[in-house]
Amino acid sequence: MRVIIVGSGRVGAGLASQLAEEGHEVVVLDIKTEAFRRLAPGFDGQALRGDGTDESVLERAGAQGAEWFLALTNGDNRNILAAQLARQTFGIPHVLCKINDPMRSDAYATLGLDTINRTEMMIDGIGRHMGRPAVPGAADVNVADTAVAAGSADAQTADPAGAPAPDLPASGVVAAPATTTDSNGGR
Amino acid sequence: MFVIVVGGGRVGFYLTKELLAEGHEIVLMEKDPRSAEQIRDELGAVVVNRDGSEGMHLAEAGANRAAIVAAVTGDDADNLVVCQMAKHHFDVPRTIARVNNPRNEILFRNLGVDEIISPTRMVLAAIEQDIPVHELLHLANLEGGELELLEAQIAEDSPALGRRPADIDLPDGCTLFVVIREDRAQSVRPETIFQEGDKVIAISRTECENDLRMQLIGHVPEIASA
Repeated sequence: MRVIIVGSGRVGAGLASQLAEEGHEVVVLDIKTEAFRRLAPGFDGQALRGDGTDESVLERAGAQGAEWFLALTNGDNRNILAAQLARQTFGIPHVLCKINDPMRSDAYATLGLDTINRTEMMIDGIGRHMGRPAVPGAADVNVADTAVAAGSADAQTADPAGAPAPDLPASGVVAAPATTTDSNGGR
Repeated sequence: MFVIVVGGGRVGFYLTKELLAEGHEIVLMEKDPRSAEQIRDELGAVVVNRDGSEGMHLAEAGANRAAIVAAVTGDDADNLVVCQMAKHHFDVPRTIARVNNPRNEILFRNLGVDEIISPTRMVLAAIEQDIPVHELLHLANLEGGELELLEAQIAEDSPALGRRPADIDLPDGCTLFVVIREDRAQSVRPETIFQEGDKVIAISRTECENDLRMQLIGHVPEIASA
């Protein structure tokens, strides 16, 4: 299974390292080569320097035929553009987009993008640590509203549960960044 | 008319100036505080130091009553998000995006941006018009990029030279409709015979472009267009 990850930050590089370790074909993109230092020492995936919002760069990265596409840079808008290229232009079946602005994240979920929101996750996590009730859904991927996801080549959005691809562990690689225990448990 | 302009670079600045002079109601959103301050000195209170891709700030700027939102920053990703938020979250009737990477044009159109302005494409077109190469010139995208308006010049080695439209094996979904000869345009008729120097204007489905090229020009491009 080929996974393309845009943004080699802590989350992107960490996830890439784990997936490569599990034997998946991983391509990580970042505009800065220094960012690849975050990859695990024995990382045997591909690390490509390039702009993940540029169609020709994604082409070179093997976007055609990829199974998963994860847009995890620090820029909400860059993630949004990259994710929509992945879905519309390359027809990648599973696309996930990190959007930290809650309003934008909701707006794009209704536009058919699966989004993940660090802000809401952290508010929820800290709140629960303080003994407050959990905010329903805050720790999860915001799965796209299927009713308006028309035109999407996305098979996954048709599944309201947003089930991960069958060859990924059901414990959910995409949900892993939610808590540290989960992401360590994946190793 | 109430127009929100996002991006206070050269384009946004002069655009706002012109629109104000025409008496329109404008808000110019610029996220960089220093740039915002600079242009506020000249343009006044219409300039707000806000990020136009943040939903909350678009709401504050009055996006729900804007007739037009024009996103003209130097960043394609920002421009896309501004237009999509304006369109889908605030129901703005008309959105305009500046696109720097020409390959983003079709994507932006498919994602609902009403009007795409591509400075790169414009300069490229101006340059291509001046080069007398026997190439297929791309004039415009139609129907959201599914169709293209193309111009082909008939050269001495063109397979179409001396032939009539019926003798040319055109791909499905492709029409030759005008021939420009000695600076005069005429419709392509069944009896038209293509001559050297003719410029043929065609509408083609994007995927038929190469077949059309083979029929009218006779060879594939030597340099792939980037």
